[in-house]
Amino acid sequence: MKVYLDNAATTKVDEKVVKEMLPYFAEQYGNASSMHIEGNNAKNALEKARKIIANSLGAKTSEIYFTSGGTESNNWAIKGLFWQHYPKKDHIITTKVEHDATLKTCKWLESQGAKVTYLDVDKEGFIDLKQLENSITSKTILVSIIHGNNEIGTIQDVEAIYKITKGKTLLHLDACQSYTKTELSVKYADLITINSHKIYGPKGVGALYIKDGIEIVPLIHGGGHEKGKRSGTENIPGVIGFAKAVEMANKKEVKKMQELRDYIIKNILENIKNTKLNGPVGDKRLTNNVNISFNDIEGEALGGYLENKDIYVSTGSACMSNTLKSSHVLQAIKLNPLQANSSIRISLSKYTTQKEVDYFLEKLPEIVTKLRRLSPLVK
Amino acid sequence: MPSNKGYSKKLLRNFLNPKNFGEIKNPDAVGKVGNPTCGDIMWMYLKIDPKTEKIKDIKFKTYGCAAAIASTEQLTIIAKGKTLKEAEKITMKDVASALEGLPQIKLHCSTMAIQALKKSIEEYRKKKKNGK
Repeated sequence: MKVYLDNAATTKVDEKVVKEMLPYFAEQYGNASSMHIEGNNAKNALEKARKIIANSLGAKTSEIYFTSGGTESNNWAIKGLFWQHYPKKDHIITTKVEHDATLKTCKWLESQGAKVTYLDVDKEGFIDLKQLENSITSKTILVSIIHGNNEIGTIQDVEAIYKITKGKTLLHLDACQSYTKTELSVKYADLITINSHKIYGPKGVGALYIKDGIEIVPLIHGGGHEKGKRSGTENIPGVIGFAKAVEMANKKEVKKMQELRDYIIKNILENIKNTKLNGPVGDKRLTNNVNISFNDIEGEALGGYLENKDIYVSTGSACMSNTLKSSHVLQAIKLNPLQANSSIRISLSKYTTQKEVDYFLEKLPEIVTKLRRLSPLVK
Repeated sequence: MPSNKGYSKKLLRNFLNPKNFGEIKNPDAVGKVGNPTCGDIMWMYLKIDPKTEKIKDIKFKTYGCAAAIASTEQLTIIAKGKTLKEAEKITMKDVASALEGLPQIKLHCSTMAIQALKKSIEEYRKKKKNGK
């Protein structure tokens, strides 16, 4: 049985999404910028999709800009606002637990004159609201925060965060993991990154919500698409698929994932000794995320043994990264390197079944036992 | 993401079904190397024939990735039955080629395995010198 438990990396595209996209490849392949009827059809499809996505966030259609995905949206929000305001303002606030699309963008902007504050997090991955408040200055351009953490599932309290930033600076949320899985509204953000391939849509498409009235420099210049803010011929099949995926998202599947998530956590912590859950429990955790450290076992080794049983997970272990450094997120929640290197992430989808989860939970203890017998750390 | 891709079949066999792992009771020497910060920890246990100085038995314990486990396993296979002098000459290349290749970024894993063996041999010689 193949058990895919790496849905925070990407998800299977829903077949209904594929079906919706297909006509836009070889039948209605017009360019939305063309003035003729073929172009007009594409334009109509594009605007219909934009409306669906705007509605899902409580936004206006004029506030949704399509991009190539989460990485581009994060890059655009941060670099675009920086170049809009620099050198009058030069300060950016973010956190130590961001996705690399944000972190590396901020690091690079430091070489361009930006001053960046990286907020600490507590043991569960939450930022300290006081530290945020104290970090904002008259030079702060924006605060960029990951809404639902991709590694440990922490969902930040955006309502409280927005209360602090509102009127002082702009708040950008990276909602790639949380979108459609938890409450997300433009009431509590100025810019929001969302994407398609984490929610059963195609890869290569995402969006940036930008509240009307916010000025931002484009990241991609060209033919003036997306009201001159994001050039490039619109990816109509992608956008159509994205919108279909959004339309299909529902609370029932979120609840199902949540139940399976809690079942997995409970089962592992109760049945396998010397294990530790990373990230919070309950409603403040992404519904599809489980992250556990298995003492004395290296994460990649555990992942490799699972892969041998056709079970696919992910790890924050140093050995897997090109830098041989363990995950910055696990370091930020103060795991020691051994604990960080001993972690795996299990992420569910709406397709994950009880049967698959039980197969995983059946194989896991014997693998852990074997690897612990191999480990010099077990006395 | 863990991936068994990029590893040879031989390496995966060693990783998934190592034969020489565990401890030796009353070993003649133990070599311990590694640093939890960078990821790998390896312990090598030796049983030596005092007359011939041949490695009668060799076992290991490894905390590490697939390449680290497979490299230590491979090194114990190569070293078993060799004299200490022969065993000292085993190189990283010998281990990597016996594994039918190691990804560039994992080469340090086989280096560590060799260090563990060298350290255990050193420890044996030290003990012998001290007459224990």
